[in-house]
Amino acid sequence: MTPLDMWTYGVVGATFALYIGIAIWARAGSTGEFYVAGGGVHPVANGMATGADWMSAASFISMAGLIAFNGYGASVFLMGWTGGYVLLALLLAPYLRKFGKFTVPEFIGDRYYSQSARIVAVICLILASITYVIGQMKGIGVAFSRFLEVPYDTGLYIGMGIVAIYAVLGGMKGITYTQIAQYVVMIFAYTVPAVFISLNLTGNPLPQLGLGSEYIQNGVATGMSLLDKLDQVVTDLGFKEYTTQTMGNSLNMFAYTLSLMIGTAGLPHVIIRFFTVPKVRDARYSAGWALVFIALLYTTAPAVGAMARLNLMDTIQIGPIGSVEGNLLYDERPEWFKKWEETGLLQFEDKNGDGRIQYYNDADPEFAAEAESYGWAGNEMVKVDRDIMVLANPEIAGLPAWVIALVVAGGLAAALSTAAGLLLAISSAISHDLLKGVMMPKISEKNELMAGRVSMLVAIMVAGYLGLNPPGFAAGTVAIAFGLAASSLFPALMMGIFATRMNKAGAVAGMIAGITVTLLYVFQHKGIFFVPGTSFLMPEMGMGQDWFFGISPNAFGAVGAVVNFTVAIIVAKLTAPPPEHIQHLVEDVRIPRGAGEAGGH
Amino acid sequence: MTPEKRADYWRANLRLLAVLLTIWFVVSYGFGIILVEPLNAISLGGYKLGFWFAQQGSIYTFVVLIFVYAANMNRLDKKFDVGEE
Repeated sequence: MTPLDMWTYGVVGATFALYIGIAIWARAGSTGEFYVAGGGVHPVANGMATGADWMSAASFISMAGLIAFNGYGASVFLMGWTGGYVLLALLLAPYLRKFGKFTVPEFIGDRYYSQSARIVAVICLILASITYVIGQMKGIGVAFSRFLEVPYDTGLYIGMGIVAIYAVLGGMKGITYTQIAQYVVMIFAYTVPAVFISLNLTGNPLPQLGLGSEYIQNGVATGMSLLDKLDQVVTDLGFKEYTTQTMGNSLNMFAYTLSLMIGTAGLPHVIIRFFTVPKVRDARYSAGWALVFIALLYTTAPAVGAMARLNLMDTIQIGPIGSVEGNLLYDERPEWFKKWEETGLLQFEDKNGDGRIQYYNDADPEFAAEAESYGWAGNEMVKVDRDIMVLANPEIAGLPAWVIALVVAGGLAAALSTAAGLLLAISSAISHDLLKGVMMPKISEKNELMAGRVSMLVAIMVAGYLGLNPPGFAAGTVAIAFGLAASSLFPALMMGIFATRMNKAGAVAGMIAGITVTLLYVFQHKGIFFVPGTSFLMPEMGMGQDWFFGISPNAFGAVGAVVNFTVAIIVAKLTAPPPEHIQHLVEDVRIPRGAGEAGGH
Repeated sequence: MTPEKRADYWRANLRLLAVLLTIWFVVSYGFGIILVEPLNAISLGGYKLGFWFAQQGSIYTFVVLIFVYAANMNRLDKKFDVGEE
């Protein structure tokens, strides 16, 4: 065992022991504790738990890589995944907390006086949450298999086991306190390497400021800002300019950001976190604290992405472009390069047989021609996986083994905490909304608690199964989960509070129309239920790739939400207004006075 | 509580939302996407301004907006006497 292995086993083992310890301490004794942690979580603590709940394996492992290779274009993720909290805090969280029930479908069912509205909401919730949880399960398996050299499926079983212990025993109570611990692990793991790297490259310890500072190359000030230098380095090799490259057209970026924002505000596993605080005013502040804790990571990520990209380019292109000595000899590649080649995340192919590495954009015709005159025969870094930007970052910067071990523990914490939150949202929708709400209204509290635990266990096994046999679409699923939540749940919730006149028929029609339109557009591009070969783009009828004003399927949730709002408003106008007691309910939700503990009755 | 007072409280709330959501829109969609190119001509330290708004500034503004909202709503709750005891 190498010292790195020992550190990794030690740190990961210690964090797992901590999570299990918390699980035993925070057992749930009632449905109130199981669904909403007894409603007594401090707003700052809830903010921290929300941060962990929210920041998934995708945020922790993949986002910096997305930024590194998409530059400015990746701003859609940064703005989308943070700006949604403004919508959540201003439009939903305080009111849903005032309503004081256990689940999101329960609000929709009561507000729209309809079991069918509640069932439609449960279906939308499960669709969005399952698509999301698959990505987390994959993240757990991948983190284990890459770092601890255990097989993917063994890693997944270990992860499932850990989640099962604290989520089944403690429900929301156990999840809340483990999420707080997981947040701390995660934020240390993310910021420590970032601080060192920022110090290395700019002399400024704060990555947020380092990104806007002067670039120091091997201890010598260059007189150029880091971003200008990065722009120069990448454009010299034919890549797009970092600070201006976009993701589709402006409208696509606009719709993508909007889709992620609305989706964030509409994701049930985040909303239910705000049912755990004692008061309405706590829900307002708690959303602010959640965003503070999230912003710590989200404002660091752009620095991690840009700096890792610059490090990578500088590692390979060591001298002037075109000179023979300008490119790194393959035999002299650093240790981390070899290690990540073994995992298949980096792949090199010596196309011109000179034993040196040429990494450039051969898809750019102008630079490809220039490269040919240097005797280059195409880009030789045939694979640079974007996840490597976070995973290999500490090694690229030459940081000690304990930092690398911390990153592993952080990645696992990110995946476990989000998975647990999603699983709770799914299992409470099943035990509370379907079982107690629709099928067995007379079920005793003790039996409902038992049903909650059983459905949690089943949800974990289903998620595990999907993690072991990921449907072909697993890679792009997270963004789609946001689209589904944006197009179905958010509009129904918002109109439930802000439009007294919105009625059952309008809300149900809106949810169905919104999610259907979104799913159709996604299926049209990626196959019916993501089955390969069943996509049905019709270029001859003007329905080619991204045919709707250049908007990509991942960004289509915003359009789905607009459809939802429009259909709901038209249908509501044509049908009878909601009964009087519902209008009173809405008026009551709008003022904080009289908020009790969240309860199921 | 009279229906008029209720309506006043709700109107004050909506006014606050309108102001805050306008700022929310302007810093992200406005400065970060629509106006990004002209703003990039201005620099903020080593950042181009439009790029800074898209990857840093908008996020800081979002945090401030939520706390401003919470503080103002607490004030409104007191003024209209609708807060929790």
